[in-house]
Amino acid sequence: MRLPTFKKGIHPDDSKAFTNKKPIEYLPLPDEVFIPLQQHIGVVGEPVVEKDQEVKTGQVIGKSEKYVSSPIHASVTGKVKAIDKFQHPLGMKVTMIHIERSGDDVWEILPIIKDWQNTPIDELLNRIWHAGIVGLGGAAFPTHVKLAPPKEKKINTFILNGVECEPYLTADHRAMLEMGEKILTGMSIIMRVLGTENGYIGIENNKPDAITAMRELTAKHNSALKVVPLEVKYPQGAEKMLIEAILKRKVPTGGLPMDVGTVVNNVGTAMAVADAILEGKPLTQRIVTVTGEGIKEPKNVMARIGTPFKNLIEFCGGLEDDAVQLYMGGPMMGFAQYSLDVPIVKATSGIVCSKDNSVTEMRTYPCIQCGSCVSVCPMNLLPTRIASLAEMSKWAEAEDFGIMNCIECGSCGYICPSHIPLVQWIRVGKLRVSELKRKQVA
Amino acid sequence: METSKEVQEKAKPKPDPRDKLFKSEGKPLLLSSSPHLYTRDSVPKIMWTVVITLIPAVAMAFYYFGTPAIIMIVACIIAAIISEVIMNKIKGESITLGDGSAAITGLLLALTLPPSFPVSGGILGSVFAIVFGKQVFGGLGYNIFNPALLGRAFLQASFPVAMTTWTYPQTAKYAAVDVVTTATPLGLYKFEKILTNIGDLLIGNIGGCLGETSALAVLLGGIFLLIKKYADWRIPFSYLTTVFIIAGIFWLVDPASYADPLFHLFAGGLMLGAFYMATDMVSSPITPLGAWIFGSGAGVFLMVIRLFGGVPEGVMYSILLMNAFTPIINRYTRPRFFGEVRA
Repeated sequence: MRLPTFKKGIHPDDSKAFTNKKPIEYLPLPDEVFIPLQQHIGVVGEPVVEKDQEVKTGQVIGKSEKYVSSPIHASVTGKVKAIDKFQHPLGMKVTMIHIERSGDDVWEILPIIKDWQNTPIDELLNRIWHAGIVGLGGAAFPTHVKLAPPKEKKINTFILNGVECEPYLTADHRAMLEMGEKILTGMSIIMRVLGTENGYIGIENNKPDAITAMRELTAKHNSALKVVPLEVKYPQGAEKMLIEAILKRKVPTGGLPMDVGTVVNNVGTAMAVADAILEGKPLTQRIVTVTGEGIKEPKNVMARIGTPFKNLIEFCGGLEDDAVQLYMGGPMMGFAQYSLDVPIVKATSGIVCSKDNSVTEMRTYPCIQCGSCVSVCPMNLLPTRIASLAEMSKWAEAEDFGIMNCIECGSCGYICPSHIPLVQWIRVGKLRVSELKRKQVA
Repeated sequence: METSKEVQEKAKPKPDPRDKLFKSEGKPLLLSSSPHLYTRDSVPKIMWTVVITLIPAVAMAFYYFGTPAIIMIVACIIAAIISEVIMNKIKGESITLGDGSAAITGLLLALTLPPSFPVSGGILGSVFAIVFGKQVFGGLGYNIFNPALLGRAFLQASFPVAMTTWTYPQTAKYAAVDVVTTATPLGLYKFEKILTNIGDLLIGNIGGCLGETSALAVLLGGIFLLIKKYADWRIPFSYLTTVFIIAGIFWLVDPASYADPLFHLFAGGLMLGAFYMATDMVSSPITPLGAWIFGSGAGVFLMVIRLFGGVPEGVMYSILLMNAFTPIINRYTRPRFFGEVRA
């Protein structure tokens, strides 16, 4: 029988064998951390600590009163050395709180909520907000906002996203194997907040051990939850694709999963929710897959937010001599880095480094209208058309052809035999189109 | 007890991983925008695969028409390659031979020529195909019409007699024996109502162009292309189906005056046209619906020409006509966006 999946998409080599058998290792606490105030989608908070102030692990160091925002917590115990602009892994220089670690790891935790089954939902939501939880799959959207959709949007289904469709990454995979109980608890809390009993766990079929593990756990704790093995295909981890794969529902153009009564959360997010409620720990650490041909000993590493990349890389044996490219995230949507001083942030799912032989400068040929990009685009767009419209600065026409629907998954760029930078042009176009729209509104 | 070597090791400053990148190797980390992963497919790979899949058809041409067939094929390819280089030079751009598209044009053109056609004519057609069929539009990817077919149309208009003089195939062994002229199965049927049997059409023991005599050889390469997804299956499928249905209707109504649908499928250049000409990526639509329209449109045009036209064969014109419609088909067949609700 064919496993469920979404339409179109691509089949890149998953390259997960580097780390999928390696248990999660805890990174020794770093001597210093750089914690950006912006690690989420939404309003950027203000620092609430001062230079030279002593901080404890878990203490709030930056926040905003605005709803669509997420507080930032100290990830080590120590002294604030500076509040200044530092390099962010997404390329820009942003305000970060530089903390120098001193001595023991002393936690400042929030009150523990043991009896979450009977706690008012507002209190749970409030806790998720104050624990600084955002989507850990990569988008970093504040979770408390996602879990509180407007009244008119009735949520009837929750999907736990254990797809991890990006090649190389195995953080979620290992988490499901080693911390499955906690993930399931987090899922139950989220489902209680959403008021739905209908839960699915979507896992791609290249993680049979994770499927078995989660099936055993659901059988033990809550047999109503359905573990759904999915055909291996990229970008299945994208919310809209996952909802299509499991529920056969299509999120309307320009809409959100809640428009089809669904909320999707990553397994890492569920784990963070469980930590925040049951242990009172805010989001100060995450699992990062440090992998690729260019890393000497690829590993899955549990690291504190704000730890510089170089600490993780050193912990994994360092870079190979002929390492040439390093990016945050998977190879399909990751951000290339030129400095190893940048810190890991809440959205850092992996650090992937490639070697000389896997990075090639490719010659671009003219578009031969082969339609490969059309046949893989999960959003059913005409990537070559939109990209060339963007290249010609025809913004209005690009919008007519649905440029704003692009989820930038990179499938078109992956498949293009002419190696045309399709997604790159589309990104330029999306930026311009949204700028123009903002101007029209203003 | 630490050995002196271990002490030395310890004394060394811990290497900063960046040093390797910035200092000893002298190479900085490369920056590029995602995706960082690509398929191994490339334009040259696709083009050269198409050339390779035509080997069975070329082999059959050699088997039936001997060395002259090979001379014609080689001459057309060389002429195409030389014209491409000259055009590159004139336009002041880098040489584009590596993409393999010029070689395909020459090869496909040669396969659509009658065995007795003069080699000089083939060369002329090949030059026309590259210069006016492709390069004047801007080169690979920008041409509106299939260059090889445009070259053939030019030859058809310029040398109508030579382009419709057919010789009966002789196996290469007897190539020296005097050539006997004959007609193509479509011509035989159209003008003399003589029906050629399907077996001969399949193996190619008939009069016809170099590459169109054996439907089976073309089919073999064509199916390989479909499996490799280097050709859109919708185009040959809809093209052939439309031909089959239209021919079938006429045959059912009046079997005495119309040939059966299988005959129409395997006679003439339909197989070569359906699998190699109509599926030319550049001049066919990129949308799935567009491909259906393109293929069935070509099928309708073909049957109109075959059944009611003054000439027995119409594959070339049917595809060229649909090539002209490709831009407009692309425009009006935009796929529905994911989750789009159309009013």
